[in-house]
Amino acid sequence: METESGVLTGEHFLSGNEAFGEGALAAGCRFFAGYPITPSTEVAEHMAERLPQVGGIFIQMEDELASMNALLGAAWAGQKAMTATSGPGFSLMMENLGLGVVTETPCVIVNVQRGGPSTGLPTLVGQADMMQAKWGSHGPYEIIALSPSSPQECFDFTVKAFNLAEQYRTPVLVMGDEVVGHMTERVVIPPADKIERTPRRTPRVPPEKYLPYEPDPDGVPQMALAGQGYKMHITGLTHDRRGYPVISEEAQADMIGRLVEKIRKNREKITEYEEESCEDADVIVCSYGISARTSQLAIENARAEGIKVGVFRLIVVWPFPESKIDELAGKTKGFVVPEINCGQISLEVERCAHGKAKTILVPHAGGGTHNPDNILEAIRRAAA
Amino acid sequence: MIQQQESTIVEHHPMDVLLRQDRIPHIWCSGCGLGTSLTAFINAVRDCGIPLEKISVVSGIGCTGRVAGYLNLDSFHTTHGRALPFAVGLHLGNPSLKVIVFSGDGDLISIGGNHFIHTARKNMDITVICVNNFNYGMTGGQGAPTTPLGSRSTTTPYGNFEFPFNIPHLAAASGATYVARWTALDTRRLKNSMQEAILRRGFSVVEVISPCPTLFGRLNRLGTGLDMMKSYQENSVIRHGADPASVAMGKDGKIIVGKFVDIERPTYLDMMKQALGGRFNIPIPERSVDKTEIPMDGE
Repeated sequence: METESGVLTGEHFLSGNEAFGEGALAAGCRFFAGYPITPSTEVAEHMAERLPQVGGIFIQMEDELASMNALLGAAWAGQKAMTATSGPGFSLMMENLGLGVVTETPCVIVNVQRGGPSTGLPTLVGQADMMQAKWGSHGPYEIIALSPSSPQECFDFTVKAFNLAEQYRTPVLVMGDEVVGHMTERVVIPPADKIERTPRRTPRVPPEKYLPYEPDPDGVPQMALAGQGYKMHITGLTHDRRGYPVISEEAQADMIGRLVEKIRKNREKITEYEEESCEDADVIVCSYGISARTSQLAIENARAEGIKVGVFRLIVVWPFPESKIDELAGKTKGFVVPEINCGQISLEVERCAHGKAKTILVPHAGGGTHNPDNILEAIRRAAA
Repeated sequence: MIQQQESTIVEHHPMDVLLRQDRIPHIWCSGCGLGTSLTAFINAVRDCGIPLEKISVVSGIGCTGRVAGYLNLDSFHTTHGRALPFAVGLHLGNPSLKVIVFSGDGDLISIGGNHFIHTARKNMDITVICVNNFNYGMTGGQGAPTTPLGSRSTTTPYGNFEFPFNIPHLAAASGATYVARWTALDTRRLKNSMQEAILRRGFSVVEVISPCPTLFGRLNRLGTGLDMMKSYQENSVIRHGADPASVAMGKDGKIIVGKFVDIERPTYLDMMKQALGGRFNIPIPERSVDKTEIPMDGE
């Protein structure tokens, strides 16, 4: 049932890409700027249909560079804003993802990952943008990224992404993949009053006392909006707490220190994962997105062979749950990391295990999901 | 006998309210046309009648890109070439704002060229002030999409052999509803034109021909900023209503200035309302506009 809040409360049969859109609307998103690209286009198509119905604006921009900038502009006008893209489009967005990070602009970017590099495999799955999500724009920064494994999670995690974006004033990435984006499953959308919506952290001080980058105790500054009379200056240059450009080592240290720390200091609050039977596991399968689901048969088969297999599924991928992996590494023989790339999150697992447990990557170049037998084989090796 | 008037020394310049005094002095070279361009602009902003808190200025990167940082308005200094799409988001995010993009020729027409033509095509209700100094000043005098044929720059050391863009023609052909060009010498006409552009609905473009004596001027032996201004005085021809295709720079050494286009065409939001308004309730606040012609004389 449609409500005024734009929340499509009820049970639905939705694709992951449609669920991204519904999650955004439920979170209060009323601005979408995008550019057609396979396999994420259905998100834009869905928003083009749905946003006018809830009084929002959909705009198709001339490219992904423009889409990303339009999100930032809309956010400074007070909107909750989203875009969705894939592959080369995600690469183009990296430029102004950096502007979003450094100007501390809340917004959400969905990446329905496909096979790469370059044009790669437009219609087929990949999970090889995970490190790009972390490091893709130049310069030092921290980012928040989530990874859904089902259409239901496409909805839930998009809501979560909007709330994290507002809470920490940063672009948040939802790292989907082609299989999850195109699979259609039951999605339950709760009543509007059961959906948490984090409001914009607007200034609590009058304009004459406002400093755009003076942080609250949690490290996050208050955000004035254009037209409110705060007359703020916002720049992509390194800036001081007034928002004014300062080209110096000291200003850089102050700004980057705070940008990085506002995520790192809140890491425990941001990180989220699902664990099952990890306490006494011989082997822990650590995965995310579609690969967490293709692992299930392998896990069942391994358990049937008598191997104690734990499951550790990343919900928030960045920031990475470092201390949790470290803790689990002390209790298990090894981690098995199936992912549709040639080793990305496996490197993080290996780093955080600090040599206490081995890490076995189950790679896949992209274009399909893992054969569960390959994952089973890795579980056997890890248990040995 | 002349009666001596009492004079008082005032602490503030009358335009201080529009400038961030704590950011002055600015970074621009002496003789640069950006100072007069900015003065014309803040006078236009002061006189346009729009409440200052409703005006947002967006710049890209480059010497002109620094304008946003000196204005005591909501101001955004974005990435290279991206001022326009950022402005589109700001405008659509809150249509009651007047959004003005103030940037240079390299930023708007080269790296931002695609955004320029598409924002014009959609007739976004945004004003663009494009200061054209024929080269990239901030990075040291490289060739630009506006560098005249034969001119020297640090990346065209043997003379430029690329055809340059004619900005008013590009703007008009792409769908801009207001297109004018003045030199940085025409401060009064420039101010009036900026004011008119700000008050028009739709995509309005004012090109400012501006001296860069430090780089373009020096590399091409054009003399000081004052010499370059003098050449504008000698070579400018006011031709209101001229076909934008006919105003390319460098023809006969003349600089054709004036208001070339001033037409009405539904804006992006007008078209959206027309298409969707009957079916959906999309709250779009109106920006107050004034259709008064602002005298620019010189016909």
